[in-house]
Amino acid sequence: MDINSKMDLIGSTPPRPARIRQDKSEIIVRWAGYIFISLFAISCLLPFLLILGTSFTSESAVKQHGFNIWPHEFSTFAYQIVFENPKLIIGSYLVTMGITVVGTIVGLFIVAMTGYALQRPDFSYRNRISFFIYFTTLFSGGLVPFYLLITQYLELKDNYLAVLLPGLLTPFLIIMMKSFVRSIPHAITESAKIDGAGDFTIFLRLILPMSTPALATIGLFIALGYWNEWYHAMLFLSPDMDYRPLQLFLYNVVTSADFIRNSAASSNVAMSDVPLETMKMATAVVATGPVILFYPFVQRYFIKGITVGAVKG
Amino acid sequence: MCCPAVIFFCIFAYLPMPGLYLAFVKYNYTDGIFGSPFVGWDNFKFLIMTGDLWRLTFNTVAYNLAFILLGNIAQITVAILLNEIRKKWFKKVSQTLMFLPYFISAVLVGLLAYNILSYDYGLLNGVLGALGMDPVKAYSEPHLWPFIIIITYLWQTTGYGSIIYFAAIMGLDTEIVEAAEIDGANAFQRIVHIVIPWLKPTFIILLLFSLGGILKGNFGLFFNLVGANNTALYASTDIIETYVFRSLMTNFNFSMGSAVSLYQSIFGFVVVLTANWIVKKVSPENSLF
Repeated sequence: MDINSKMDLIGSTPPRPARIRQDKSEIIVRWAGYIFISLFAISCLLPFLLILGTSFTSESAVKQHGFNIWPHEFSTFAYQIVFENPKLIIGSYLVTMGITVVGTIVGLFIVAMTGYALQRPDFSYRNRISFFIYFTTLFSGGLVPFYLLITQYLELKDNYLAVLLPGLLTPFLIIMMKSFVRSIPHAITESAKIDGAGDFTIFLRLILPMSTPALATIGLFIALGYWNEWYHAMLFLSPDMDYRPLQLFLYNVVTSADFIRNSAASSNVAMSDVPLETMKMATAVVATGPVILFYPFVQRYFIKGITVGAVKG
Repeated sequence: MCCPAVIFFCIFAYLPMPGLYLAFVKYNYTDGIFGSPFVGWDNFKFLIMTGDLWRLTFNTVAYNLAFILLGNIAQITVAILLNEIRKKWFKKVSQTLMFLPYFISAVLVGLLAYNILSYDYGLLNGVLGALGMDPVKAYSEPHLWPFIIIITYLWQTTGYGSIIYFAAIMGLDTEIVEAAEIDGANAFQRIVHIVIPWLKPTFIILLLFSLGGILKGNFGLFFNLVGANNTALYASTDIIETYVFRSLMTNFNFSMGSAVSLYQSIFGFVVVLTANWIVKKVSPENSLF
């Protein structure tokens, strides 16, 4: 069975013969399935509801009753303060979106190009270059030399490029692209060549249009990586920067009460009345919301991706 | 067409490698990496003497083993149970929900855990209080953290990881199942004698692949769950990555950080080669190289 027909089966009930008899074990297993899966699925949702509920609770109710899914005292105060100075949060959104869009487009293009070239049977260095790329997952210089490289040699400290560049390519995605493109018959490349098309024409006009499912999957992987990126941002962007990527902004809010107070400084609230706990939750909701709303629609591409990724390239 | 990628990996992966020389010097800022005085193996001797290296290795390897084994068991269980369920809408909804944790950032995972574990306001202590039990000071009890970290890991990855096993079960020939049922196999026997053996090769391959990364930590998870400076928990939560990060960002001990990195890379490399050698023996077509 090839990947695509296998994929169509996921999430649908496999064809099963009519039951010969429904014995007890059948019923037990099925009920165990319903109960266990339900419990686990609910436990996956619960923490999110806890954040959402708390973000709509008044700070005093949180101090009294703790975090709760259902607000004891409904309040939108935390959101008011978060949006009191909308420049900060909008700035963070724009930075994250900019990095995500640029990184995904550039990264996707390079990954596609590399993946395509590496599976061309008439490319004589393909094995050597494949190993050159794969080797980086086996052995690395580690964090300290990497940090010195970015900050001292490339001088990218406090530059959004320090967040953008390191996330562009990963060997895993290149291997994934390679195995996708391999399913396109080489004869197509050959015949286009005979018709006088150059390598780039073949890539742009034939290979790219034919690998849209692959591009969608890999693009989503890259985009999700950038949207959730906080690590390089934390390493290379100092807290004095006006606009931090969204997740770093959230990290600062979560870990530092001073940061929350500073953010809320422009609002007309006494410093002691700044709702520390509920503001963390409100910021988390604002920073995560779009991804959560978006994700049921893109989930099936990730399913496709992980299944193909599991097939060795 | 490979040029951009080759240049990329040259700069961001190969260029830092000579920097591992840091592990053999006593780094000072003014002299730079290659001007600092050479001290040979002293950094490593220090790491061994203080016991840091042993603690880091133990924590990293033990957590990863737990992640790999429990993770795969949870994924297989979910995949098998999901396969037993007939209602299509239930499958769709539950899969969507189980996928959810995978889509969020490590920062948010840390905050979710805080929501539950916080001493003053956390849900856990709320529930314990309602049951008349003593509250738990999770953030200062190191012995609780292996559980917290492993549960969080399973929570985040099980739904996503079960996809591979689910896809594998889809490939199972229904005729075999049918034949077994005609011969009188009940549901348990069907699962134990047909489905699980069918998944064994997938399990072994995934196991061997993940063994290669056994010295690589899940930095985001540990860092965001534990927090940057919670020294009380280091005994049970410090892994190689968090140590290296600290030596860079808080202690400014660049040489020690590099020494641990070098140890990690070389030890990890040997483990990958071993794992690959075993894969070659078990199923040659799945080996990495």
